[in-house]
Amino acid sequence: MSGYLSVRNLTVALQTGEPILRSVSLNVAAGQVHGLVGESGAGKSMIGKAVLGTLPRALHVISGEIWLDGVDLLKLSPAARRKQIGATAALIPQDPLTALNPSKRIGPQITRRLVDILGWSKQNAQARALELLDEVHIPNPERVMRSYPHELSGGMRQRILIASAFAAEPKLIIADEPTTALDVTVQKQILRLIAEMQSHHGTALLFVTHDLGVVSKVCDSLSVLYAGKVLEEARMHRFFMHPVHPYSAALLAATPTYTNPIDSLLPVSETVIEAVEQEVLEHDIRASR
Amino acid sequence: MRDARGNIRRPIGARLWLSGGWLTLLALAAICAPLIAPKDPLMQDLFLGRMPPFWMEGAEPGYLLGTDSLGRDVLSRILYGARLALVVALVAGTLTCVAGATLGLVSGFYRGWPDRIISRFVDIWMAFPPVLFAILLIAVLGPGLLSIIIAIVIIDWTRFARVIRAEAMSQGAMDYVASAQVAGRTRFGTMLAEILPNVLPTIVALLTLEMGIAVIVEAILSFVNLSISTDSPTWGGMISEGRTSVHQAWWVLVFPLITLFLTVLSFSQLGEGLKDRFDPVLR
Ligand SMILES: Nc1ncnc2c1ncn2[C@@H]1O[C@H](COP(=O)(O)OP(=O)(O)OP(=O)(O)O)[C@@H](O)[C@H]1O
Ligand SMILES: [Mg+2]
Repeated sequence: MSGYLSVRNLTVALQTGEPILRSVSLNVAAGQVHGLVGESGAGKSMIGKAVLGTLPRALHVISGEIWLDGVDLLKLSPAARRKQIGATAALIPQDPLTALNPSKRIGPQITRRLVDILGWSKQNAQARALELLDEVHIPNPERVMRSYPHELSGGMRQRILIASAFAAEPKLIIADEPTTALDVTVQKQILRLIAEMQSHHGTALLFVTHDLGVVSKVCDSLSVLYAGKVLEEARMHRFFMHPVHPYSAALLAATPTYTNPIDSLLPVSETVIEAVEQEVLEHDIRASR
Repeated sequence: MRDARGNIRRPIGARLWLSGGWLTLLALAAICAPLIAPKDPLMQDLFLGRMPPFWMEGAEPGYLLGTDSLGRDVLSRILYGARLALVVALVAGTLTCVAGATLGLVSGFYRGWPDRIISRFVDIWMAFPPVLFAILLIAVLGPGLLSIIIAIVIIDWTRFARVIRAEAMSQGAMDYVASAQVAGRTRFGTMLAEILPNVLPTIVALLTLEMGIAVIVEAILSFVNLSISTDSPTWGGMISEGRTSVHQAWWVLVFPLITLFLTVLSFSQLGEGLKDRFDPVLR
């Protein structure tokens, strides 16, 4: 199986040699929503960053391939890679408060990609930006275009970031926990908005989250990540019917939406965690030989 | 959904008006000194030595702020002194700012080896005691306008480098920088288009502060006779001369001192005021 985005045996490590991602493989089919689930620190964000070429400088790709739109990004020069990514992918970030440049008005921050990447004229980009803001249900888009980020609420900013991610019609969008920084009431709206935009534009979406409940609502398939290792990659319905990996099963059992209320109170059991850790350890030993 | 912060109209404020007003006045005085100075600042008249300012008994008409022990007009000398003070402030301040801020920006945003080299350099640089360093430099370079400016730049660039490095570093960790890179911006482009506008308020505040510092440094060097040749009027030189006769003619010391004080204060207040005004995020 190979998708629009296809990550193959990607290993990313710290300079000290400690692996952060261990031979990760992952596919996102064109126009589909793929969930990436795992607990905090599992390496979810690092997969997204590796794809987009924004890994922190302490981390390095050791081996593997990242195919995006039929091109292996890791074989490109940095400039060519930036161009390829800019033309095909975009990011919906986790924290809308730091994801907009505080010293620039909203308008230019949205139109920038259209002018820079697609070579549009200022007027066309402006018109398109207004259209997009309307599409993400922002009232009074003209005024918002002239605002500075600090003048807007977190929910508004996330809507703007969603509009801006879809602006240049990318084929792939990576959404890294796009709702965790928001109020619970706003979370649902934003989630609905992302799903709506995705199906309307037919964009492939890599949806990073630690919430299996959310995944079940928006995704077509998913990968389960634990300690930098993919434990399971599956279609949605198959996963919820028959999770293959014991960790997945335990995770599923701990997700309230999918079990009866009593089961849902049980945490992932210690023995399952131990088993997974053993497995990861064995993988390391094999890899280091 | 727009919250109240956006609707605050920030008034320019008395601070900005006063400091800006004083500096504008001073700049005009410096430019027009030959036209508005009542006397030749170098003209001596030993018969008119130590004349008091106009409101005191025994004042000589035409010498508004009195004369020094050689009979030179204090007001004219202050006006001509403003020329040197402002040239030093502008040139030394700007050069220091450009050098320090550039290095700070590069080191804070690029990190890695440029940062290691620049930071090490800053550390070593700051181990020298600055005033001693300045006097040593002037001694080597010889007194003169150019030497003063070079000395100020060489000593003070680290102030900019350190502060701007820290700001660039914290801005560089923000998501909007990553977004800009995903959108195809080069690192250099990101630094100029995304980071620089956000550290600009700090740069402006530091720049005006530095201008004030440059004025003081020039005055100190004049005071210890290491500045320009002694006959062209400088505030520091006047203060130094006035010191010896403060009991007989306090005005020779006090007027240049007040001018110096107001100028340095204005520069620092202007910096703070501008920062408040141009920072899009109220801090
Ligand atoms: N700059 C860095 N230097 C060193 N290690 C890092 C750095 N950034 C992340 N890591 C390590 O990489 C691992 C994966 O981090 P990552 O941010 O991908 O986790 P995550 O799955 O996204 O978690 P979360 O749900 O908290 O966002 C973590 O163990 C973290 O300690
Ligand atoms: Mg994360």
